[in-house]
Amino acid sequence: MPSLPARYSRSIDWITVGIYLLMVFVGWLNVYAASYSPDAPSNAFSLSFSELMQFNWFKQILWIGTAVVLIVVLVVIDYKAYDTFAFGLYGGMIVLLLVTMVIARPIAGSRSWLELGPVRLQPAEFAKFTTALAVSRFMASTNLRHQHWRDHLVLAGLTLLPPLLIIASNETGQALVFGAFLLAYFREGMSPLILIVLAAAGAILILALLVPKLWLVGAFTVMLGLVFLFNSRVLRHHLPLALSVWGVVIGMVFGVDFFFNNVLQPHQRKRIEVLINPSADPLGVGWNVTQSKIAIGSGGLVGKGFLEGTQTKFDFVPEQSTDFIFCTVGEEWGWVGSLVVIILFMTLLARVLYVAERQKSVFGRTYGYCVASIIFFHFAVNIGMTIGLAPVVGIPLPFFSYGGSSLWSFTTLLFILLAIDAYRKQDLVR
Amino acid sequence: MQYLEGRKYVVQAIFLVVAMVFGARLFYIQVLDGSYKLAADRNTLQRIVQTPYRGLIYDRNNKLLVQNTPVYDLMVVPREVKRLDTARFCQVVQMSVEEVREGLKAAKEFSRVKASPLVQNLSTPELAAIQDNLIDFPGFSIQARMARAYETQNLAHTLGYVGTITPKLMENPKYAKYQPNEFLGRSGLESFYEKQLMGRRGVKYRMVNVRGIEKGAFRGGEFDTLSVAGQDLHTSIDIDLQQYGEMLMAGKRGSVVALDPKTGEILACVSAPAYEPAALTGKGMGNRYMDLLNNKERPLYNRPLGAPQPPGSVFKLVNELVALQMGVVSPATGFPCNWSLVKCTHRHEYPSNVSIAIKNSCNPYFYQVMRAAVMRGRSRNRFEDTRLGLTEWRRHVMSFGLGDKLGVDMGSETKGRIPTSDFYDKLYHRRWTFRTIYSLSIGQGEMGVTTMQMANVLATIANRGYYYTPHFVRGIGNSGPLPEYQQRHYTSVAPQHFEEIIPGMQEVVDGRGGTGNFASLAQFGISMAGKTGTVQNPHGADHATFAAFAPVEDPKIAIAVFIENAGFGGNSAAPLASLMIEKYLRGKVVRKKWEEWLPGSADRFVSRHH
Repeated sequence: MPSLPARYSRSIDWITVGIYLLMVFVGWLNVYAASYSPDAPSNAFSLSFSELMQFNWFKQILWIGTAVVLIVVLVVIDYKAYDTFAFGLYGGMIVLLLVTMVIARPIAGSRSWLELGPVRLQPAEFAKFTTALAVSRFMASTNLRHQHWRDHLVLAGLTLLPPLLIIASNETGQALVFGAFLLAYFREGMSPLILIVLAAAGAILILALLVPKLWLVGAFTVMLGLVFLFNSRVLRHHLPLALSVWGVVIGMVFGVDFFFNNVLQPHQRKRIEVLINPSADPLGVGWNVTQSKIAIGSGGLVGKGFLEGTQTKFDFVPEQSTDFIFCTVGEEWGWVGSLVVIILFMTLLARVLYVAERQKSVFGRTYGYCVASIIFFHFAVNIGMTIGLAPVVGIPLPFFSYGGSSLWSFTTLLFILLAIDAYRKQDLVR
Repeated sequence: MQYLEGRKYVVQAIFLVVAMVFGARLFYIQVLDGSYKLAADRNTLQRIVQTPYRGLIYDRNNKLLVQNTPVYDLMVVPREVKRLDTARFCQVVQMSVEEVREGLKAAKEFSRVKASPLVQNLSTPELAAIQDNLIDFPGFSIQARMARAYETQNLAHTLGYVGTITPKLMENPKYAKYQPNEFLGRSGLESFYEKQLMGRRGVKYRMVNVRGIEKGAFRGGEFDTLSVAGQDLHTSIDIDLQQYGEMLMAGKRGSVVALDPKTGEILACVSAPAYEPAALTGKGMGNRYMDLLNNKERPLYNRPLGAPQPPGSVFKLVNELVALQMGVVSPATGFPCNWSLVKCTHRHEYPSNVSIAIKNSCNPYFYQVMRAAVMRGRSRNRFEDTRLGLTEWRRHVMSFGLGDKLGVDMGSETKGRIPTSDFYDKLYHRRWTFRTIYSLSIGQGEMGVTTMQMANVLATIANRGYYYTPHFVRGIGNSGPLPEYQQRHYTSVAPQHFEEIIPGMQEVVDGRGGTGNFASLAQFGISMAGKTGTVQNPHGADHATFAAFAPVEDPKIAIAVFIENAGFGGNSAAPLASLMIEKYLRGKVVRKKWEEWLPGSADRFVSRHH
């Protein structure tokens, strides 16, 4: 048996590691640009440690350094531990979420941050990988196609418990991420109908807000009627189903207002209103979206250049080194730079999917798909939010946004997969 | 489970579609839609306009009349005002509680985060009293700028004043570059020569952050421009003469205009009642302006250019000149002083020639002169004949610069009126004859002439047939005489006819029993030609006028005086004009009797006459 380092160097997926390092580096460059102040002393070496700690770019260096240590630990741990302790980690995380809710000081309205001396951590970030491990473990022990309805319930419970706790601590954005698991379940055999119905429901909700309701109902009725005219056999056989779908859609269209006004909280309602009409709240939530679009839109084809972004440098964009880090990319590197970042994400996701597909175990594969889905969800919602295609949901851009919790959580998520992947041959042998 | 493998393509497709939507959307907002770039510039670029140093104004002897002085505005940023100790603040800025409240309210309405002026035009001593205490009042600051300062107490109407631009003026494309609350010339020369006095604004582009704090020059000041100071105005006004005229006109309503006939330069332009130009600058300017505006004597009214009046007997000169040119009378023509036609001012010798007629200002004589000029028998129809006659007569009269703007460099100039045949057609439904319009022959009736126009008629007579457009400004900056003022305007009357009336005008002043004897400067060896006038006024006492030029042989000054409700022109207007001429030609006045007699209310002159 070769020595430990030699074993890793042979079996670790270096391509993923390369993409990861590239993204973290590009991310850091943009955090530097976003937290760069032209008034500050130009020579960073003349500053004391405590002075440096005022800058996000410096703290991000510390986060990246610790992330590297974390990677080594994650890979050295026996891969079987992730499988074995999946439920244990999950249970521990549930306890941690509960504890956090009780002891955390409210920060910006949410009780989700644990303070350990100078370090602030958000357990919700880490609930993603523990949940991913748990559901993968569960998935490996059952079969979604032929499973008992009780298994369905258990899986739903496993998936929904963490987000419910996170919602209770007022971090709705982080809770929505757990919706991404549906993609992994789909790969493992979940009925596509669930995805279709959810997508259709989302589309109907948005249309109901955009288009007069009677038009929508009329258009849908006409569509059903046309199906009946041209393919009468389908409708004759499925008439009760067609009628009930029609009824549900009508109900949803007219139920939107109720959902909108009575279920959503005012700030959530506002975020959706702003998505449809950014001038609805120009100085409140709309400000973020408007300024974010201005920053990105003013970047042009090739951007204003590194450290030359005026909108970000002069604080027009809020949360510019965390949730709105993509504004710095868009403004300073333009469309070309934005596209490079998008391609980086697509490459990483494609590689993760590839790694997932080559797993021989259901556990490994499901976990791989969970990783891809979670990263994708963050990517889609975060960038979508900065360019006005998604509501403002406070979730970071993986590997780019400043912050220890988010960097550690995504690093853990990704490198557990690489650790599992590194041993896949042994798995086969076993 | 093989069949589930295909689902990986579905997942990949979902990823890819989102990435492509993002790429397309980014292409749209970053490359195709330019509005975000503009919005970004609006966010960060602040355009700071530097107001140039306004041009100075000098008199004809290079005496400084108007200059600039630093003044200070007390600015307030409403959002930054914290726990204002109103009582102490009011004491410091010397304002009432209501004024402070109203000022703060107005500032809030303008902007909560931008500075707006609470008190404007603080002088340096006023500033000193406030500045030391300002540290206790967050949100208040001092902003320095230049304001007008006056080296003279006179000439207010001509100089005009500088004030903030009004919303109405902002609509004028001429003022398109002006910012709200920017200062500009609002009347007089300040307004007419605004462009030259203003100079060229400098522009600095600064970058600001989201809180409006400056973050340095934009692209190293590549687009910045320096301001160019305004040009100085060198006026033709003799400020000593002007001051003297205003002193003599004190307590009266009316106007005096003195011209240099050889150039058309305006030497003095008095509008009474007057005010000090400094009244319309500095702290409290707004209140003082309203006081002047509401004063029933209307001191803001620029009478010499803006108040056409019937010229009275002075107009007889023009009437005679036109008739001479038409050849319907000669200098030797005599007409009886026939009181049945029109009353004469007094009993006098038989007007057997034009000189005697002018000397005595014989109304019936000039009535008959104009009838001869108008009723030429060109039509058998009495009405038609008059109409044709008046039209031709009017054409000659207007060649003297009457009935239309002369083109003086002053916005408030009015046309006056020499009535047309159409005018009478409308008034009398085409049924009018010479009997209807005969008042024109003696400068009464529907005629309106400004004092400026009257003075210009005298300058024309002094020049024997032509005039230069009267003007206030001889040079702008370093440039010499303006070309538009070097052009002679000839009347339609031949030069020799002017020579024919001048002896009569000299008789008015120096002849025994002439109506303008009080004006005589014979004791100084200065010959003067003039004409008195008494304008009938249905609303009150008659207006007194006198117009003259001197010396007759080499005219250096032409003058017209109009004093409202001062009765017979020979008593008040004539000596006033005479003193002005003495002052201008001799540099000093020795006839203290008149000098003491003239200033004050106009009523006295009326009682003397009766």
